[in-house]
Amino acid sequence: MTWRQRLSRWDVKSAPYLYIAPFFVLFALVGLFPLLYTGWVALNKWSLVKGNQGFIGLANFQYVLSQSRFWDGVANTFSIFLLSSVPQIFLAIGIAAVLNANLRAKTFWRMGVLVPYVVAPVAVSLVFGKLFADESGVVNAILTNIGLDPIGWHSDRFWSHVAIATMVNFRWTGYNTLIFLAAMQAIPNDVIEASIVDGANRWQSFFSVTVPMLRPTIIFVVITSTIGGLQIFDEPRLFDNFSLGGPDREWMTVTMYLYELGWNVQKNLGRSAAVAWLLFLIIVIFALINYAITRRIASSESHPKRKALAK
Amino acid sequence: MSSVASAHQLAGAGAGRAAARRRRRSQMTEGQRRPGWVTYTVLGLVILISVVPLYYAFLLSASTAEDIARNPIPSPIPQSHFVENVMRVLNSGIGFWGAIGNSVIVSVITSLSVVFFSTLAGYSFAKLRFRGRNGMLAFVIGTMAVPTQLGIIPLFIIMSNLGWTGKLISVIVPGAVTAFGVFWMTQYLSEALPFELIEAARVDGCSMIRTFWHVALPAARPAAAMLALFTFVGSWTNFFWPFIVLGSTNPTLPVALQLLQASYFKDMSLIMAGVVLATLPLLALFAVAGRHLVSGIMAGAVKG
Repeated sequence: MTWRQRLSRWDVKSAPYLYIAPFFVLFALVGLFPLLYTGWVALNKWSLVKGNQGFIGLANFQYVLSQSRFWDGVANTFSIFLLSSVPQIFLAIGIAAVLNANLRAKTFWRMGVLVPYVVAPVAVSLVFGKLFADESGVVNAILTNIGLDPIGWHSDRFWSHVAIATMVNFRWTGYNTLIFLAAMQAIPNDVIEASIVDGANRWQSFFSVTVPMLRPTIIFVVITSTIGGLQIFDEPRLFDNFSLGGPDREWMTVTMYLYELGWNVQKNLGRSAAVAWLLFLIIVIFALINYAITRRIASSESHPKRKALAK
Repeated sequence: MSSVASAHQLAGAGAGRAAARRRRRSQMTEGQRRPGWVTYTVLGLVILISVVPLYYAFLLSASTAEDIARNPIPSPIPQSHFVENVMRVLNSGIGFWGAIGNSVIVSVITSLSVVFFSTLAGYSFAKLRFRGRNGMLAFVIGTMAVPTQLGIIPLFIIMSNLGWTGKLISVIVPGAVTAFGVFWMTQYLSEALPFELIEAARVDGCSMIRTFWHVALPAARPAAAMLALFTFVGSWTNFFWPFIVLGSTNPTLPVALQLLQASYFKDMSLIMAGVVLATLPLLALFAVAGRHLVSGIMAGAVKG
């Protein structure tokens, strides 16, 4: 074998691994390693300024778990997450159903719903923070004009969550709409027609054929919005100009607490890492529960219909 | 409406009529009928809701702080202070020009890098045979569900040790190739690039990397453009990591917006001018290439 042949054979053998290597190397260095090392940092007294000051066992976890602020953060995060993801999925499926008609200027309407996606969450938060301002906001002005009481968007825990969830919904509903639209278009027309021939009206065929067939897509959207939604930071951070999550931390999320411990007030990266690890655990557990529930709901709905269609 | 009527008819009709109708229906299916004005009104409202907050930001950015304080609901006709407010943002102490430059640099380099490395890996996964291929591809897809953002504390420690905090490289490197990108290009290339083309290049004596460069990369162009768009939008709007690692000295646009809010919170027209300034470039990009974003999301949904 000549040198050239040998080189060429080595090229063929090594190339596939070389080409995928950048991803794996980068993931190991900036993804996996930091995630695992977070567990180590959490077991040490680790200051932002002074660095590692020694092993202290579970003290950081004990500290974090004993803070009512941490639990407030968990409650706020879940509340904002539910207020944003649940209505968003219903809205997105609804709008997708409307877009699924044989529209004129299809691309225009599809682009229209996607506009908010290109606006940075930070910018969305600044605009909606003003729309929902307590004193001089548009929403309260409208409420007062039609004879209702103004709402304390920046003082009431629940209403601040509604305002922040609105920002999330504003940015992501259109995106998810297009995902659902694509899934709807992938449903073969025969299936819908068969149900109509079998005597279903449009609504019935939508709820008992289309929606169950969206099951994998719904699971996909729920899982991705869980992973992103439980780490929410940008919108609540800029909801007011103090950036702490409210006078009594009404809308402080877990990630905001993580930042506050690590960089803002205590400059304690060890405690911050404990929060990160706990949040990681919460996300994993919650994603699993979510997956189980979504699967069960979707399958119990679709089961009899599937049988009917299969015959 | 008409389908309800037809369903009623069908329920009472004989099998022959039903069959005839079914035949007709398969020629003119549900989707081909033009929808009525109700549909367009609903969609019009949806789009109004997606655009009104942005127009509101523009109205405030063309107004003055006193005016905003006086009228909570602005008049729908913009006032004339837009340019003046934009100039105030650019000349403020935040360093907005630098932030614009930083955002452009970070977004462009990240997009190019993600497209290059994802296409390389996607080509390998889709078209080359090697041991452990399926397992490794499954691993890549699995990593998409890992909330790596929670590793920011060690990542920050690494960046400080490297002396990269406050430098753009600390934002560019962690995002240089993504699992989503690799998955995306794998999906596309496995369908769009015929094996014959690769064989032909190999027979002609191309090395592996030349085959990639001259055959795979050109074939990947449509999917690569979409991936570049998504990456560009993602890095332009990214806040959390740049905010932590860059700080106030060398901000990208979202970080600069937060600084603007912290120092000028009483001056709403100034803040909104910053919002418009940070959003306009992406809106312009969207006007030109938004249709590709739409088809990208829809294509990804079917495959994913």
